[in-house]
Parts: sequence; C-alpha cells; structure tokens
Amino acid sequence: MEYRIEAEDLNVYFDELHILKDVSLKIPKNTVTALIGPSGCGKSTFIRTLNRMNDLISTFRREGTVLLDGEDIYHPKVDVVDLRKRVGMVFQKPNPFPKSIFDNVAYGLRVHGITDKDVLEQKVEEALKGAALWNEVEHILDKSAMGLSGGQQQRLCIARTIAVEPEVILMDEPCSALDPISTTKIEDLIHKLKRDYTIIIVTHNMQQATRVSKYAAFFLHGEIVESGLTDQIFLEPCDQRTEDYITGRFG
Amino acid sequence: MSRWTEEFFIEKGLLLTAVSSIIIIALIIIFIFMEGLPAIQAYGFFNFIFGMDWAPSSGQYGVFPMIIGSLGITVLSLLMAVPLGILCAIFLSEVASSKMRRILNPTIQTLAGIPSVVYGFFGLILLVPFMRVQFGGTGFSMFTASIILTVMILPIIVSVSEDALRSIPQEYKEASLALGATHWQTIKNVIFPAAIPGVITSVILGMGRAIGETLAIIMVAGNVVQIPGSILDPVRALTSNIAIEMGYATGIHYNALFATGIVLIFMIIVLLILANYLHYKKKVTIGGGYL
Repeated sequence: MEYRIEAEDLNVYFDELHILKDVSLKIPKNTVTALIGPSGCGKSTFIRTLNRMNDLISTFRREGTVLLDGEDIYHPKVDVVDLRKRVGMVFQKPNPFPKSIFDNVAYGLRVHGITDKDVLEQKVEEALKGAALWNEVEHILDKSAMGLSGGQQQRLCIARTIAVEPEVILMDEPCSALDPISTTKIEDLIHKLKRDYTIIIVTHNMQQATRVSKYAAFFLHGEIVESGLTDQIFLEPCDQRTEDYITGRFG
Repeated sequence: MSRWTEEFFIEKGLLLTAVSSIIIIALIIIFIFMEGLPAIQAYGFFNFIFGMDWAPSSGQYGVFPMIIGSLGITVLSLLMAVPLGILCAIFLSEVASSKMRRILNPTIQTLAGIPSVVYGFFGLILLVPFMRVQFGGTGFSMFTASIILTVMILPIIVSVSEDALRSIPQEYKEASLALGATHWQTIKNVIFPAAIPGVITSVILGMGRAIGETLAIIMVAGNVVQIPGSILDPVRALTSNIAIEMGYATGIHYNALFATGIVLIFMIIVLLILANYLHYKKKVTIGGGYL
C-alpha cells in the first residue's frame, strides 16, 4: 500500500505539557482516515503538526519525524509556505474571509501568483463545483461570504482549500458547528473528494467516522491506542479502551 | 428602599450623567454662537470666511488664511503620521516579540502623556533652529509645526490601530496561512483589510487632536496670517489666533475671535462626518457581528 503521510515516534510538547506521545501513524493515499478520541486527546494537535500550523505557537516543540511523500516536512530546507499549499486545512468553525465569495476562493490562487482573470474565473468555478456549492452561489459570486449559511460557508472553505490543488486535506471537526442536513452534504462531498485527495478528518461523531472513513485511529491521552480499518476498529476492537469509547462508556 | 426604587434611581442617575455632558456641550456651543455671531453679522459671512486680511486694528476680519493654515498643518502631519503609525502598529501586533512589545508599548504611551507645551518647547529650541539651518528662512513654518504634531498624534494612531489589528480573529490568520500565504501576504490581504474600520477611527482621533492643538503650534508655526506659498512658510492656525489675541481683544475683535471658534467647530464637524462616513462604508462583517 502507498502512504501519503508517515508519522514516526512523534512527540509534541507545549512548554512542559507532553501532548503527543510516541505517535506513529501511516496515512494511505487517496482515502479517508478518521481520527477519533475524547476531547483533549491530541487529535487536533496531531493534524496541525502535519501542515506545521503549530509553528505559530511559540511554546511548540517536536521530536520525531513526519514524512510527506517520503520527505521530512520538518527538515530545515523545507519551505513551510510550499508545504501548506500541498497540505490544505479545513477548520472546525467555518472561517471564510470577510470578502466576496469569488475572492475567498481566488485568495489562495492569487497569493500563489495567478493574476489572469480568465484562469481565476475558471479555477474558482471548478473549485466551487468540486465543493458542491456552485449551483447555490453561481449568481452571487460578488456578494460577501459572510451572508452564506454555516454549511455553505464550510463548503466555501473546502472550495477555497481545493482551489490551490493540495495533495492532502486536513479537516478538524468540519461538521461540529453544522446542522444534520449540512453535515450530510459535507459527508457526501468527502466521499467525492477522496478520489483525488488524501483526507484526514478529526471527528467526535462515531457514526460520521464509520460513514466517511476507510481507516481510523483512536487517540487517548496523546497516544494512539489502536489504528487500522475503520470497520475492524468499530466491529472488533482489539483494545478494551477502544471498545469502551466507541460504545459510549466514556468520552 | 425596595429593589424597584433602587433600580429606578440607578437608571435615572445614569441617564442624568449622560444628559449632563450633552447639556454642557450645548451650553458651550450656544455661548460661542452668541458671542461670535455679532462679528459675522457685522463683517458679513462671506467676507469673514473668505476674507484674506486679518487686521483687527483696521477692522479687517478675514479668516481664510487661517483656515488654510489649520488644514495645511493637519493634512501635512497626517501624511507623515498615518503611514508611520500604521506600519508601527503592524510591527507591534504582528512582528514584535512579546518582550519587545513590553518595552515599546509603554514608551509609545508615554509619548501620548507628554504635555503639549513640552513638545512646543522642544520644537522651539531644537527643531526651529535645525529647520532654519537646513532650509533657510526663520525656521518657523507649517512644516515645522506638522513635524511636532506628527510626534504628538503618532501614539494615538499606533495604539488604536494596534488594538484594531489585534482584534482580528486568529481564524483568519490561520485560514490564510493554511492556504500557503506568507505572513506578509496574510497581513496585507486579510488582517489589514479587516482592521481598516479601526484604523480609520485611529486617524479620526489623530486628526481631531491635530486640528485642535494650540500651544505647540503657536510656539513653532510662526503665526503669520498668510496663505503659505510653500510648506516652509510660516502660517497661523485658527486655534492659535484665538489664543494669541484673546488677552487684549475688545468689541467686535472679541466677537470675531469667537467667530473663529465657530469656524473651527464646523471644520471639526465636517471632518468627523466625512470620517464616520468612510468608517461606515468600510465596515465589514466578521462572524456574526460588525467590526
């Protein structure tokens, strides 16, 4: 099996707090991997390590390696800006910029130097279609993105992410602020996107994990208790703690 | 006392304090108009506003050169203070380490606390001779005054703009960086545009201080009533005119100084309306609310 991301013996600290403890996880290409576990177990910290978003926090410290397509993303020669272009991210709370719908999607393209109007229009349309939002916003592209519903805003954020054509999309509880109908739309979208992208999704919703992912990893207190095929983890967990969590005995 | 009456008295008490400030402003404006209008009536509105000569001894009361003087000093100092202040605010909010901020912020606040007479004195002793040597003339000029004003309004622009920049939600910054934008691209395209309403507020406050400043300007602007041919010519501001002549003015001259105050009030009102309009136009929605 081909792996897109390989984390090996990853340890993350914020000041003296040991957040991730010897985490090793391989993420297969062009599939959906779900990260589950109770709040504060390190799932979000883990995915924010994959696009080096934690670098923004001054107390962040890391040991161990993270390979993207076999290359160490924490190597001193790695260009963080280029890395973040290859590893896109969708956040928990929909966070479109206070700009028009068009400018939101075109933002990433523009910062990467695309100025040609026709190219921009074409790529924005592709991205909005890819995020299953085009039909709803086709006629209001110049309106503020803040006027969209929460679910539409989150799909706009996904459109914005896929517009720069990343290899990996990290999703940090993308549906936690959305209603069930919007959630269904995003899940359908994830099914569609997995053909072209490697998706890692953090979720608190067990049903969602079984619906969208092929692989899963169960985090607890900063360690990976169990990882593998989602079906196997949910139907025949190897570890008692995994079983307790997915059957709702804690968490 | 029952809970209801207690609430009643607190609410009415708060209302009274709010109303009292309105009453005070109204009284001041009424007084200025009562004292000032006779001069405008006697000399003629058009002659007063657009008259080129101010010579109380021969009955000439034209304030136009001083309107130009006030506007010139204000605009010139804003031209210097706004870019400087905004860049400084960006540095403080986005680039500076927390250690550096702990040193810089109190320094800038101290700058705001220095009395204007000290600035004026500093300008008179150091800046005026320097300008005289560098550019010739007397050294007293519109340019000298606006340099002093720049230093005086800089702290307001820096601190209010910095607050505006720092109040931009971290999510926007993260969203931009996650798309592969550089830090500077993020500042330029996301953080700064979202903070523009707050930055405009800082400019309004700075402008208000600049146009109302009196003492420091008297000490370095030269106070000659003329329309300046260049920024190195001496000018007199409206505020300076009142302060310089109030001590000995009588009769219509006395009323003409109050009329100068009316002009000043109107100029500030117009500038405030303009600035508020810009603020309103640039207002952006962030999350559920406005910024």
